[in-house]
Amino acid sequence: MNQEPILRVEGVSKSFPGVQALKNVDFEVYRGEVVALLGENGAGKSTLMKILAGAYQKDSGHIYLNGQEIRPRNPAHSQELGISTIYQEFTLTLNQTAAANIFMGREPRYGGLLKPFKLVNRRKMERDAAELLQRVRARIDPAALVGELSVAERQQVEIAKALAIEAQVIIMDEPTSALGADETKSLFDIIRDLRERGLAIIFITHRLEEVLEISDRIIVLRDGERVGTLKTAEADAEQIIRLMVGRNIDDLFLKETVPITEPVLAVQGLTRRGVVEDVTFDLKRGEILGFAGLIGAGRTETMRLIFGADRKDHGYIWLDGHEIEIHSPEDAMLYGIGLVPEDRANQGLILENTVLFNMIMPMLKRFSRYGWVRRALARRAAGEYVNRLRVRTPGMEQTVKNLSGGNQQKVVLAKWLMVNPKVLILDEPTRGIDVGAKAEIHQLMVELAKQGIGIIMISSEMPEILAMSDRIVVMHEGRIAAILNREEATQERIMAYASGQTHLTNTKLVTEGHAA
Amino acid sequence: MNEQTADELTRRQAFGRASRAWWRGIASGQELGVFIVLVAMILYLTWKTDTFATAQNLRNIWLSFSWIAIAAFGQTLVIITGGIDLSAGSTMALSGLAAAYLISGNIEGQPSPWMIEKTISGRLQQMGPDEYVPLALIAGPLMGLLVGTVNGLLVSRANLPAFIATLGTMSIARGICYGWSSGWPFQKLNNEFLKIGQNNVTALGVDIPIPFIVMIVLAVVMTIFLTRTVWGYRIYAVGGNEQAAQLSGINTRRVKLMAFMLSGLMAGIGGTLMTARLGVAAPTAASGYELDVIAAVFIGGTSVTGGKGTIVGTLIGAAIMQVLRSGLNLLGYDPYWQPAAIGLTIILAITFDRMRVRLQNRPASSLFGLDHLRTRLGR
Repeated sequence: MNQEPILRVEGVSKSFPGVQALKNVDFEVYRGEVVALLGENGAGKSTLMKILAGAYQKDSGHIYLNGQEIRPRNPAHSQELGISTIYQEFTLTLNQTAAANIFMGREPRYGGLLKPFKLVNRRKMERDAAELLQRVRARIDPAALVGELSVAERQQVEIAKALAIEAQVIIMDEPTSALGADETKSLFDIIRDLRERGLAIIFITHRLEEVLEISDRIIVLRDGERVGTLKTAEADAEQIIRLMVGRNIDDLFLKETVPITEPVLAVQGLTRRGVVEDVTFDLKRGEILGFAGLIGAGRTETMRLIFGADRKDHGYIWLDGHEIEIHSPEDAMLYGIGLVPEDRANQGLILENTVLFNMIMPMLKRFSRYGWVRRALARRAAGEYVNRLRVRTPGMEQTVKNLSGGNQQKVVLAKWLMVNPKVLILDEPTRGIDVGAKAEIHQLMVELAKQGIGIIMISSEMPEILAMSDRIVVMHEGRIAAILNREEATQERIMAYASGQTHLTNTKLVTEGHAA
Repeated sequence: MNEQTADELTRRQAFGRASRAWWRGIASGQELGVFIVLVAMILYLTWKTDTFATAQNLRNIWLSFSWIAIAAFGQTLVIITGGIDLSAGSTMALSGLAAAYLISGNIEGQPSPWMIEKTISGRLQQMGPDEYVPLALIAGPLMGLLVGTVNGLLVSRANLPAFIATLGTMSIARGICYGWSSGWPFQKLNNEFLKIGQNNVTALGVDIPIPFIVMIVLAVVMTIFLTRTVWGYRIYAVGGNEQAAQLSGINTRRVKLMAFMLSGLMAGIGGTLMTARLGVAAPTAASGYELDVIAAVFIGGTSVTGGKGTIVGTLIGAAIMQVLRSGLNLLGYDPYWQPAAIGLTIILAITFDRMRVRLQNRPASSLFGLDHLRTRLGR
């Protein structure tokens, strides 16, 4: 293709506190082309898309549309320029009609004498909407309420909306994640139509088989950098996986061997319909059990079921060989199960309150007598853990909000350690934490394992999973795809299981993985 | 770097903070600001008028803000958990009726079946029976507790938004007031009951009205409850971050229920005292008081989004409103303008609070974020 790309990104970088999300990324897409953007969790796909959509501002670099430099200020501006993004969560108003959604903000109006009154010409709007919906092969009444449409139909409305603003580039973020097989097939037909019409489409997904089916070209990101471009016709799944994960494990992770003894927690057939299906595994004392999988694979949801934060439809939980019933986090806590949630700010901490307050929250009963909080006792006990975990804070009365991410995470950890748990569930324990604090938290995990605590660690960082886990549970779409021993786990194998490419987990790939 | 010195410094800072910690629980920066406003208002009025600083006027102020403040203590708990209790005014009226019913000599315009005659300062008066007075003092607060429990169940069990649930019970309680009394005030209340609202206790040569004393006692009790007991900790936790509280094993529903129950109870106590002071329980009593009560809480610095707030702040907030009212009167402004002044105060208080929070949320290098303000202004 020697024509000028319709959209060209040149040397774009973006960093967030503590993370360089994009490093000098180049990216281009041509008219009438479907480009698949691939990468592990946190590779920088979403950041790049959000910059194009105007939701984030780039730190440096240039974006050209039709050869002209553009600077999308916000999502509305980006749409005006001709870049339309279809997010996983649709941006539709459910109580309005399909037509009203398609023309939101640019409704056709009556002209002539009525012009000053800005009255919406509903008939014209619905006629135009019907035409656009036909172009995306949708059989939807433009006057139907969006709330009454199926997920696939809503997506079609979104695409029609993109056509209504005459988008030249359409970005689709995991468009198939909520669709069934038939619906996916018809979405692909729509995409092919749009390609025929000369639109450029950027397609983000985790599902390799879809990439191979629909895309013309594949661009792979890893750790914020573009690591490869493949012509889909010449690519195969194995090659793509290697590009996605191919990095060296750094030596930051220190895992000592800890004696692993009898099982402490066992879970059988745990199910919450549509989210978690038939999850069975066990956890032993002193073991660190890694949970790998792509975002949305049901790992967090599984833990919430065990912790009683959500209601399970089915399944059994044993602790120390006794079957237990957990109905609420309170129950889980009394049994000695602790959960450090993935979203520190929203689920783990009360940011506006003090270190002391946060730490004693689950422990109020122990630090009180007749309902009276014994603050000296609480302060002494909490202080001990603050020292042990080396939480860097000016004092127990410091507002948690003012601590760094790593120290905030230590406060959450400390909070649960004070409970003296038998089982500690850590959901993405080192996300958004700088390297030094990360190492400290890993060291702490090993220390806890030594004390005989069973640790479950969910992590989307492959090196962390490989380095820290004694065994690795890989989840895919709510089910356990595989449980691997430390020795047999490789990045390629885990990625193959996590993306549903189970046939690739044969010996060939494994040996190559070892060779790499 | 010299790590030991840094450590030493950190430890010393920690000690300094710990020693100030006791104060933090009771009141923080916001209360200080509101308190200064209150003192400034008092000083200005004392200077500007001869009548403000008289014993009689101060006594009136104390009296009339005490039941608003008491109801506002309960409201503070609810607002800290992230809710709101719009039924406070109606609850006060209904509690007043419940107390008055037992000791009234005149119900629905007719003599009550248990009317007695008693001589008071040489005059024969009709009134309700003496032996029901203790019962009445319990019935008022209990009625409040009942309404509060209904509110709490609606919010915590039926999962209604607090605003909707209490909007409903506000109307229901008021309707019961009208229906029960057929629109007539309960009159001729027993004299012993009225003494609770109208008599003074003399201490250090100052006559202090009983409702004021009750208010102070409740302020102390509620402050201790909120800052020193497990339940108080849980209230702050639920309001600060409900998800985090739940994942820390706190039964958030129970905490919310308790906050609403206490809010009802406090409104009940306030309503009973108000009735004892006014000497009559009208079904229209305390109309619009819910707004005064909520305003007192917000002026006192309780966070609109929950998780933050103190009883002391609320007390000062209630005092500011009453001093403002009285001051406008004494300065010769038409009382019809009072609601506008109160409204303005609420808006100013919350605006300042927002500004303060925004300044604090900037990467905090200076205490009040003043240098950030400076850089912004300098630009």
